[in-house]
Amino acid sequence: MKKIFSSIMTLTVALAMTACGGNSNDGGRKAQELSGAGATFPLPFYNVVFENFSQVNGDVVAYGGIGSGGGVRNLRDKIVDFAGSDAFLSDKEMTEMNPVIHIPTCMGAVVLAYNLDGVSELKLSGEVIADIFAGNIKMWNDERLVALNPDVTLPAEAIIPVFRSDGSGTTFVFTDYLTKVSPMWASNYGAGKSVNFPSGQAAKGNPGVAGVIKQTKNSIGYVGSEYAFAQKIPYARIQNARSEFVLPSSASISAAASGEIPADTRCSITNADAAGAYPISTFTWMIIYKEQNYSDRSKEQAMATLELLKYILSDEAQNISSEVHYAPLPAKAKELSMTNLKTVTFDGVAILQ
Amino acid sequence: MNDKIYKVILFIAALIMPIVCGGVVYALVTDAYEAFEYFGFFNFLTSSEWNYTEGAEQYGALPFITGTLMTTLLALIFCIPFSLPVALFVGEYFKGTRVAAVLSTITDLLAGIPSIIYGLWGFYTLRPLIMALNISAQGSGILTASLVLAIMIIPYAASLSAEFIKMVPNDLKEGAYSLGATRAEVIRKVVFPVAGSGIFSSYILAIGRALGETMTVTMLIGNTNNIPDSITSTGNSMASIIANQFGEADGLRLSSLIAIGLILFLITALINMIGKIMIKRARIV
Repeated sequence: MKKIFSSIMTLTVALAMTACGGNSNDGGRKAQELSGAGATFPLPFYNVVFENFSQVNGDVVAYGGIGSGGGVRNLRDKIVDFAGSDAFLSDKEMTEMNPVIHIPTCMGAVVLAYNLDGVSELKLSGEVIADIFAGNIKMWNDERLVALNPDVTLPAEAIIPVFRSDGSGTTFVFTDYLTKVSPMWASNYGAGKSVNFPSGQAAKGNPGVAGVIKQTKNSIGYVGSEYAFAQKIPYARIQNARSEFVLPSSASISAAASGEIPADTRCSITNADAAGAYPISTFTWMIIYKEQNYSDRSKEQAMATLELLKYILSDEAQNISSEVHYAPLPAKAKELSMTNLKTVTFDGVAILQ
Repeated sequence: MNDKIYKVILFIAALIMPIVCGGVVYALVTDAYEAFEYFGFFNFLTSSEWNYTEGAEQYGALPFITGTLMTTLLALIFCIPFSLPVALFVGEYFKGTRVAAVLSTITDLLAGIPSIIYGLWGFYTLRPLIMALNISAQGSGILTASLVLAIMIIPYAASLSAEFIKMVPNDLKEGAYSLGATRAEVIRKVVFPVAGSGIFSSYILAIGRALGETMTVTMLIGNTNNIPDSITSTGNSMASIIANQFGEADGLRLSSLIAIGLILFLITALINMIGKIMIKRARIV
C-alpha cells in the first residue's frame, strides 16, 4: 500500500517537473527526468544543486524529502534513481539488497539548539548532553552545567528536552555521537534512526523540533544546523575529543572529516579526534545501485544519474555547500567517490570510462 | 421494468458500502497479523513497551490506547458545559429567534474549520497560555490536546442536541406548564427525558470525532511513547503514533502500527454500538 503511495507521489512530482524540462544536453542524448527521495537534512543544499544541474545539463531532478529511512526503502523497492540518507547502510542492510554504492554529497552539523531567557552562550560536553536527554540532569542550574558555564547565570528551571517523533537520520547522527561519548547512553539507549528518549517531548521533522524549541522556554533539542540558523535559535558550543568548545561552521565541520575515510566512504565522523572539529558532524550520502539496469530504466537514465553525481562532486557544486551552511567534501572523499562511480555498470558494462 | 432497473441500481449502491468496510477490515487484519502473531493479541494490547532497538524490537499498544481514551474522555467532559447550554439556548429558550440563528450558525461554523487550523491555534495561542499560567512547564500534553479537541467537538454535540430538543412535542411541554411547572422543571422533567436518547447519540457522534482526530493531537500531545501519569504530562494517541511513524516504518513496526489502526477501528465501532444500544433502551423507557 505504502509502496504504491510512494510510487504515485514520486510519479506525480516527476510529472509536475516534466513541464519545465525538455531541452537536450550537450552529450546529444535526450534530457532525462531523475527521481530521488530521502533525507530532509541536506534538502536546502539539494534544492540549489538540482536547480543548477538542470540549467547546466538539461536533466531534471525531482527529490522527495521523506526522511532517510523512507528514501532507502524506495530504493529497495526500485522506484527511484537514488536515495538520500544521512545514515549509511549497515552491513546487514547491505546484504539484504542488491549491491549499492554510497556517494557522499556534502557534510553538515547537528546542533544543540536551546531557548533560555537571557542566555546566548552555552557550553556543553557530550556526557552532559547524554545525561540531559537521559533525564539524569533535570535542572538548568545543575552543578555540572554550572561548572561548564561559570560565566553564565543559569535559571533554576526544569530542562525540557525536545526530540524527533519520526524516524530520522538526524536522530541517528545525534545518538551515534552520544553512544561514542557516553557509556551510559550506549548501554541504555544506543544509536538509531528512532530511539526511545525517556523524557521531554517530541515533534515531527527538523522544522517541527525547531518550532517547539522556539516556542518553549527552558527547552533544548537537536536539529540540522540550517534549521536553527533559519529560525535564529541560539545553539551551544560542544566540547570535542580534544576538549575544545566548538561552534558548528563550515571550517569546524570540515575539520571533523580530516581523518581516515574507508574506500566505500561509509564512516561516521562524530566525535572526530582532530583540532577544531565540531563533534556532531556527518556526511550525507546519495545511494545508488551498482548495476543500473533495473525497473526498465534506460541507459540514458543511468548516464544522467551518474552525471548528476559527478556534478555534485564538482567544485562548482561543492562551493554551494558552504553558502547554505553545509561544508564541502574533503579531497579524499571526492577522489574515492570518483573511483566508486567508475564501478557502476549497465548490463555489466562500466558506464564511465 | 423501470422499477426493476431502479431496484438493481439501488441494490448495487447499497452493496458498495459493506464491501468497502469489509475490504478495510480485511486489509487491516492481514497487515496487522504479523504483529499479533509475534507478540500475541492480548500481550500487544497490554504491553506498554515501544522499543525500536533492532533485535530487541518490542511493540505494545497500551500507552496509545490510554492516550486516546484520556484525551477523548477529557474532551467530552470539557465539551458538555459548553455544548449543552448552547443546545438549550438554540433549541428551547430562544427557539426560532434571530439570536439563536446567529448562535447556531457560528457554532456550525466551528465544525467547518480544518483541524490543522485548530492545531495551529493550539500550538501558538493555547500552548503558551498554559505555560504562562504555570499549568505545565512544557505546554504540550494530554490537557492541551483535550482542550482543543473539546472545542472541535462542541459543534457536533451542540447542533445535533439542539435539533432533538426542538423536536420535543409542544403538547407535552404545555401540559407541564399548565400543571404549574417552571421552565427549569420543564427542561429537567420533560425535555431531557424525551430528547435524552437523541442528545446521547449526538455526544456519541462527538466522541467518534475526538477518537480519530489526528493532526491537532499530533501537534499538541507531545508525542512521547509512555503512559501519561497525569493530565498535564505528554503522551501519544493511537492516531498520532501512526501519523508520526508510518513514514519510515517497515516490517514488524509497520505491522504494529497497522494493528493499532485496527484497534482504533474496533474501539470506534464498539463505542458506536454502545451508543445504538443505549438509544434503543432510552426509547423503550
